[in-house]
Amino acid sequence: MRISCPCCGPRDRREFTYYGAADYLNRPALDADASAWDDYLHLRDNPAGETRDLWYHDPCGTWVAVTRDTVTHAVIAAEAVA
Amino acid sequence: MADLSAREPCAGLGLPLTLGGCRLAALPVERITAIQPFPGKVAAVETVLRAQGLRFPAPGHSHEAGGARIVWAGRETAFLFGMAAPEGLSAHAALSDQSDGWAGLRLEGPDARAVLARLLPIDLRAGAFEPEACARAPLNHMQVLIRRAGEAAFDLFVYRSMAGTAVHELTDAMRAVAARQAAVR
Ligand SMILES: [Zn+2]
Repeated sequence: MRISCPCCGPRDRREFTYYGAADYLNRPALDADASAWDDYLHLRDNPAGETRDLWYHDPCGTWVAVTRDTVTHAVIAAEAVA
Repeated sequence: MADLSAREPCAGLGLPLTLGGCRLAALPVERITAIQPFPGKVAAVETVLRAQGLRFPAPGHSHEAGGARIVWAGRETAFLFGMAAPEGLSAHAALSDQSDGWAGLRLEGPDARAVLARLLPIDLRAGAFEPEACARAPLNHMQVLIRRAGEAAFDLFVYRSMAGTAVHELTDAMRAVAARQAAVR
């Protein structure tokens, strides 16, 4: 699997660290109720198909949101988020 | 009182070393300055560098002028090798002396790319990694800054503390490639 780092270009999957679902980008408001925080921290979809998750490109330090397909392993998009 | 004497980062590591079609040597120690432009100051940094015949490199690129090299070394970061930071640069960029922090190695010869292919997951063929191209990449579990120094020559910079491990990894790969070449011939 290869991911296009928005800074460095297409690189091998070994150069990236997986962080988790892109849901981590949608942090609830501080005063959100407990169920919103429970969703945020613990509840994840497990799709067969398109999914979006966060990866860290170790060599350059770019956080990348990757849209990919868990069935075909196709990487559909990669965008810098930090 | 302790008797402290300066040692080069690759001292005592058995370099230079030739194995098969490959030679590994320590690069001469030079001044290295990290340049990190302040927000919105890349153009001002460019202006200062241009007077030296240099440019601030785009990701994956390096430039050479008058014995000095400027090498992309990370996001909004370039390393200037072989000259002091030009006058006026510190007004537009954070500068830090990195000279003692890195160990430089040169791997060259017809098998250099085959050796690196065992350690680095990046495409080092000339079409994808032309002379003066550079990258931050993993050399097994170590981060390196690699730059193509010639048709069959690569310069590798690792954190100084990892010089011994880097030489060990590279030597192992050189030995394996040399043995394979000998078996095939
Ligand atoms: Zn990158």
